[in-house]
Amino acid sequence: MDLFEYQARDLFAKHGVPVLAGEVIDTPEAAREATERLGGRSVVKAQVKVGGRGKAGGVKLAATPDEAVARATDILGMDIKGHTVHKVMIAETAPEIAEEYYVSYLLDRTNRTFLAMASVAGGMDIEEVAATTPEKLARIPVDANDGVTAAKAREIVEAARFPAEVAEQVAEILVTLWKTFVAEDALLVEVNPLAKVADGRVIALDGKVSLDANAEFRQPEHEALEDKASANPLEAAAKAKGLNYVKLDGEVGIIGNGAGLVMSTLDVVAYAGEKHSGVKPANFLDIGGGASAEVMANGLEIILGDPDVRSVFVNVFGGITACDAVANGIVQALELLEGKGEAVTKPLVVRLDGNNAELGRQILADRNHPLVERVDTMDGAADKAAELAAK
Amino acid sequence: MAIFLTKESKVIVQGMTGSEGQKHTRRMLASGTNVVGGVNPRKAGTTVDFDGAEIPVFGSVKEAVEKTGADVTVIFVPEKFTKDAVIEAIDAEIGLAVVITEGVAVHDTAKFWAYAGAKGNKTRIIGPNCPGLITPGQSNAGIIPADITKPGRIGLVSKSGTLTYQMMYELRDIGFSSCVGIGGDPIIGTTHIDALAAFEADPDTDLIVMIGEIGGDAEERAADFIKANVTKPVVGYVAGFTAPEGKTMGHAGAIVSGSSGTAQAKKEALEAAGVKVGKTPTETAGLAREILLG
Repeated sequence: MDLFEYQARDLFAKHGVPVLAGEVIDTPEAAREATERLGGRSVVKAQVKVGGRGKAGGVKLAATPDEAVARATDILGMDIKGHTVHKVMIAETAPEIAEEYYVSYLLDRTNRTFLAMASVAGGMDIEEVAATTPEKLARIPVDANDGVTAAKAREIVEAARFPAEVAEQVAEILVTLWKTFVAEDALLVEVNPLAKVADGRVIALDGKVSLDANAEFRQPEHEALEDKASANPLEAAAKAKGLNYVKLDGEVGIIGNGAGLVMSTLDVVAYAGEKHSGVKPANFLDIGGGASAEVMANGLEIILGDPDVRSVFVNVFGGITACDAVANGIVQALELLEGKGEAVTKPLVVRLDGNNAELGRQILADRNHPLVERVDTMDGAADKAAELAAK
Repeated sequence: MAIFLTKESKVIVQGMTGSEGQKHTRRMLASGTNVVGGVNPRKAGTTVDFDGAEIPVFGSVKEAVEKTGADVTVIFVPEKFTKDAVIEAIDAEIGLAVVITEGVAVHDTAKFWAYAGAKGNKTRIIGPNCPGLITPGQSNAGIIPADITKPGRIGLVSKSGTLTYQMMYELRDIGFSSCVGIGGDPIIGTTHIDALAAFEADPDTDLIVMIGEIGGDAEERAADFIKANVTKPVVGYVAGFTAPEGKTMGHAGAIVSGSSGTAQAKKEALEAAGVKVGKTPTETAGLAREILLG
């Protein structure tokens, strides 16, 4: 989960990384009081989870509380690279910036460890620094068990060649930033720019944090950081039911068991769609290995509730759960939905294969639901579902 | 022969007394696995009955290894306790730890992986969030259904559980030497490359099927490895061509970020290494069949 700047700032502050004062608001009028609290001047910053907001006009200086209201009026509702601005941060104006640096910790998948990155060429897009002047970006592996001690922090500072007069401050920040990274189960903590200001202090002026969803079991506070306002309503409904669902922009609803199989199903449907007016998968939905009737019903309910869906492809491989159980699940799911008064009006193409496939197919044949069609191969079923969606 | 797991393997189960652990221990036993014990400090000294087979419960992995000579552990403990369970297995210097648990925090995996390295990598780790591995007709360590395929000469390595099963089933007429589900998390123990190297060295494997998915660069690195080191034919499949950028597709590691981790890049890298890549699982199975049967 990627966080907004203000949420990242809050986490930095919580763990002792120096930041400027600020608060988040969602109405222009609130900018006045917030700016007054900061002494009458502020920076109005769009809160969007995308880079380049400064260039897009999403960061403005306000010299008075009135100006802050005017700038907040301009920025709230603005579209930045497809992201609508729902919130702005009213931040303390930074003292004059002398230098801009970059520091981050992230997961290094390739080397299966954590990585510290640091540069004295901060403030700009770090990917560009990495591409054009890689010698200016220090990359230091961090052992997950050893972490960033004072000594490790000094190693990073030296590798990135921070000037002597800020070395101690940056090293301290590196230690507190590591605390943030570990305590919050983050996959990324990034400060850019880490600024040296006129009075000599080093402050985190902007930052990014991405959190590990798998750590929810020990991070109960992270749920509150979710951006429920911009979540797709179908995704939110699916999440409330514990379903692993992602909304996509096509017409063929997809249900399958296992993340890999479902991803593969999306691809196979997209290929089949090329022959059927370009229809595409409408969603990703993995109901897991068990594929019980209740989970199947919940999944079907979400997918049938998507107005974009014109046909549904249920693709289940019976491994641990045999196909007869899955077929019973589908039949019961349809009955559950019809029992709730929800008419199943979209055609379902079902492909069952694997353990007890014959038994499972027989159960569906016996039930003989007018909207359920069996196709016994994955590629054939994808073709059928695409054809039905194209009609 | 086979890779990582044979009929000689002596398997223990960490979390055997839990519901998932019991269910899958029963399945492992039914498919011929030599399960010699379970681990649960609170139930040490008792036994669990699996359809007539009395399996002893030990207080620690170390004790189980000392008393039974176990060389494989399958870990079903809940995600909160997974890191400690793996570290216990590493401390006992057991040869192979198969971590089935899903939803393990990345910081925990990073810690047990770093710990394994610091202890000299005496324990091979498979997973976490994986279905385990099976050597059909010999032994089954994990949750892979045993009755959807038969012994044969194809080696299979895959990030995805159900795609593993799908491929085992598609090619059940030819059969498999070993099938290894390495898992789809951002950090995993055994990689595609480790399995490719083992299959290359395994005299009972004639062809390797490799299944990848979006996210990371493991497939690209596997392609480089194949080019330099693998002489046996390799057939590949990559899932996730239609996955949009920035959305996690089920597996914590399956996410395309920017230009990195796309299915297209992985397919191209594999093809450049001489790997035949199928467009669908069925087409991929067809490519393997063509190479083996002509």
